[in-house]
Amino acid sequence: MNDFTPRNGGLFIGLSLLVAMGLTVVPMPEWAVSWRPDWVALVLIYWCMALPNRVGVGVAWLSGLLVDVLRGALFGQYALAYAVMAFIALRLHQRVRVFPVWQQAFTVMLLVAVAQMLVLWVKGITGLAPNTWLYWAPVLTSALLWPWVYALLRVVRQRYRVS
Amino acid sequence: MVLLSIGLMTVDHRHSHMDSIRSALALLLWPVQQATHLPFAAWEWGTVNLALRLTLLDENERLRSENLLLNARLQKFAALKAENDRLRDLLQSSRAVADRVLIAELLAVDPDPYTRRIVIDKGSRHGVFQGQPLVDAWGIMGQVAHVHLLGSEVILITDPEHVLPVQVNRNGLRALVTGTGARNSLTLPHLPNTADIREGDLLVTSGLDGRFPSGYPVAEVVEVRRDPGEPFLRISAQPLAHLERNREVLLVWPAAEGDEVEPAALDGLLEAAPESGS
Repeated sequence: MNDFTPRNGGLFIGLSLLVAMGLTVVPMPEWAVSWRPDWVALVLIYWCMALPNRVGVGVAWLSGLLVDVLRGALFGQYALAYAVMAFIALRLHQRVRVFPVWQQAFTVMLLVAVAQMLVLWVKGITGLAPNTWLYWAPVLTSALLWPWVYALLRVVRQRYRVS
Repeated sequence: MVLLSIGLMTVDHRHSHMDSIRSALALLLWPVQQATHLPFAAWEWGTVNLALRLTLLDENERLRSENLLLNARLQKFAALKAENDRLRDLLQSSRAVADRVLIAELLAVDPDPYTRRIVIDKGSRHGVFQGQPLVDAWGIMGQVAHVHLLGSEVILITDPEHVLPVQVNRNGLRALVTGTGARNSLTLPHLPNTADIREGDLLVTSGLDGRFPSGYPVAEVVEVRRDPGEPFLRISAQPLAHLERNREVLLVWPAAEGDEVEPAALDGLLEAAPESGS
């Protein structure tokens, strides 16, 4: 690998984010759509924890902007949510890194909940708040999927020496 | 960052300056959407190409009989059209121009569970514009919300943000129909308790928005609840278009100006009417 360059493996970070965005819009059966985990948030949280010097609020904000376009949402609502989420993740990353994985999952749950909450506020202000508890389902599924996302991305990071 | 986001949201909510940036970003994301669509497209290609000969023969037979049926209906339609043209000539109004259409394919992407949006594979390169109506073989589906070069995002009539002026086909009662966010469910929120509307009524576009062509079927009323304590009726309707089942949709370029009867011609007719009666 090109170990001489300091910006090693940025390609993989970008690629993982794009795959997450693809998963965000992949069609699912009717009963499952509400339970779709927030893939982009999961990937962002992983990179914020693993490489806080590479991925931070800026990257989160930009990916949020892309998710806005992808979901046809108001421009900037996911950008705001992910930026705030990344900020908190950066604050916590040194502690969370040494947590056992179930405790990490719990932290991820809180982080995704913050993002969902911000999006809900914006939706509420523009008068489109979804009036159902199912809105919070992605928080749960995201936390449940965290161990696998974590394991997969760690393999990617170590194999391709993303640093 | 937070301020920037809030600023962006405000600008996007109130004005439309962001459209060019949005379409540029959407173009950037087009490969992602295509990649998600790919396995589904491949599956469909596979089922079509690997289908049994017998199944294909069956389908061919079915389509043939359907074609015959439609052609027979078309003959009657031709006679009606000629009659309609004659009547319009009598009214001295310009003839209705046929709407131009283009077939677009749905991409297998599903942006958000709480809004009703779809993505199609025709964009500004194909002449698609913002606000363009979208129909299928059964009725109105929605309109184009955002366009970029290669594709566009469509807001369906079931989206809670979408409002469509309609009219009851039976008596011409005008109303607004809006989505609920649920699949296959619409509601008419602003009809007074005394309005003449019943279950089974057909709702067609009224064309008053100047955006949708008039006379296209939209929905059928499935439930009317009259509560004397409330000022408005509670009406739910079911869209006629197969919103969740289509692969192909039609983009419509509404007919140009002069589609409607000119007021002057109508005046003439009204004045002439008593004379002919006497």
